[in-house]
Amino acid sequence: MTMQETQLAPRSRAGRDLGEPIVLIEGVEKRFGDNHVLKDVSITVRQGEVVVICGRSGSGKSTLLRCIDHLETIDGGTIRAAGHLMGMREKNGKRVPLKDAEIARQQRDLGMVFQNFNLFPHISVIENITLGPVRIQKRPKAEAREEARALLARVGLPDKENAYPRQLSGGQQQRVAIARALAMKPKVMLFDEPTSALDPEMISEVLDVMVDLSRQGMTMIVVTHEMGFARAAADRVILMHDGRIVEEADPETFFTKPESEHTRLFLSKILSH
Amino acid sequence: MNWSWEFFFSYLTNGMMLRGAWTTVWLSVVSMILGLGLGVLAAMMKMYGNRALRWVAEFYIWLFRGTPVLIQLVIIYTGLPQIGIRLTVIESAILGLALNEGAYLAEIIRSGIMSVDKGQTDASRAIGMTWRQRMWLVILPQAARTIIPPLGNQFNGMLKTTSLASVISMEELMRSAQMLAQIEFRVLESYTCAAAWYLALVSIWGMIQVRIEAHYEKPFGPAAAVSPEAKKELRKAVEEGGTAA
Ligand SMILES: Nc1ncnc2c1ncn2[C@@H]1O[C@H](COP(=O)(O)OP(=O)(O)OP(=O)(O)O)[C@@H](O)[C@H]1O
Ligand SMILES: [Mg+2]
Repeated sequence: MTMQETQLAPRSRAGRDLGEPIVLIEGVEKRFGDNHVLKDVSITVRQGEVVVICGRSGSGKSTLLRCIDHLETIDGGTIRAAGHLMGMREKNGKRVPLKDAEIARQQRDLGMVFQNFNLFPHISVIENITLGPVRIQKRPKAEAREEARALLARVGLPDKENAYPRQLSGGQQQRVAIARALAMKPKVMLFDEPTSALDPEMISEVLDVMVDLSRQGMTMIVVTHEMGFARAAADRVILMHDGRIVEEADPETFFTKPESEHTRLFLSKILSH
Repeated sequence: MNWSWEFFFSYLTNGMMLRGAWTTVWLSVVSMILGLGLGVLAAMMKMYGNRALRWVAEFYIWLFRGTPVLIQLVIIYTGLPQIGIRLTVIESAILGLALNEGAYLAEIIRSGIMSVDKGQTDASRAIGMTWRQRMWLVILPQAARTIIPPLGNQFNGMLKTTSLASVISMEELMRSAQMLAQIEFRVLESYTCAAAWYLALVSIWGMIQVRIEAHYEKPFGPAAAVSPEAKKELRKAVEEGGTAA
């Protein structure tokens, strides 16, 4: 493991009451041609909950996150997130696919952070963050910039507003990407291996921001192999194997007495690094 | 020998020739801009349209890249009136040149768009951009980088291709040279003069192009590749090295 666990104090769960379910994934199926990537996946995430998803390469973690944000369409089941039936509309009991603009509106309530940051390289850091609020939400520019500065301070980059993405380190870029997602005031944040493209010394600066975010009550679904983060911040850890959920438990149980053979194998591999 | 420098130089600044040169410039610019619009449209239809739109775009590209501009111009100006579509010389010239250019630009634009990293699409969708917002705010500004150099070459070609519009009596450089040649029968001088003008226009464009490309070749953002912190560290390292020595 690359992160020093001592940096992250264990999360106090006392007095934290989880809210209503905010992400409801039911019986989701996804195929890429003949490749059956998600098989009957169901997960419920409550408001303020932090769920960590792990599993070996190709087990379908990214695909699941992309389906939640409707970056991929699903072949079966339903996904409700932030009050939306993703990609669909119910009409007389039937499901009708939504149009582009309506899907975009749903996606605004979910934030996503990618492994490769995917910042917009042609505009400055502050423009990356204000692009959504100003051009999509049509909020006043001055107000959006002020909020963007506050977000930059929050992710520890108060002096980088005029830099361009290429001038930043990976860890800095990822923190800007988090700020960019937060600027849309999402109800749920999805993270797809946010630290796996980073040099070891930069991993903790990103994880610190994420732990902070979880403490402020953000609902988060995080695909990561940073088990230190799972211990410190997760309410639940899920293991995916070959398109299915094979383990779903609180961190304590997940790490100490997992039920699935796959989990034991996974943990022994990852902890022996 | 019957070459007259006197005629040649007088033609260079002859009013008709100057008007012709000016016409060549604006005709190229207008046709290019319209062609660019058509090219973007065709590229979008081909990449993102439904089957019908894709088919229309493919047919358009196939048709206009597969036939000579000369025939396109003649059909538009002298052929279409037969079926009741009457366009002026200027309209025909612009339409023909723009349609032809658009077909070529469509392919250039398409490859430019495809060169933008797929993660950019993901990121812009994830913050809730519609297709149109994504195109305007994220994809096209980045695709422009790849598109601009070949676009410059296309404009170079356009400056010369406009000479074909002389056959439908568009009074650009070529046509001016033809008319001058008919006045005093100084054929060699008048066409050489037109050729000199084309060379001048293309060379001027070449200089502009170099500047534009230099601007777009730079990575996004300000030129300082070394961050101030890195510079400071470097200075410190040098100083420390100095005292150690
Ligand atoms: N766009 C796509 N087209 C076709 N197949 C895909 C696509 N995206 C993913 N797949 C396939 O789906 C399966 C699951 O991929 P996915 O990226 O979800 O795995 P993952 O668990 O995120 O793996 P990793 O840890 O390597 O990121 C893989 O077999 C992959 O090849
Ligand atoms: Mg993945």
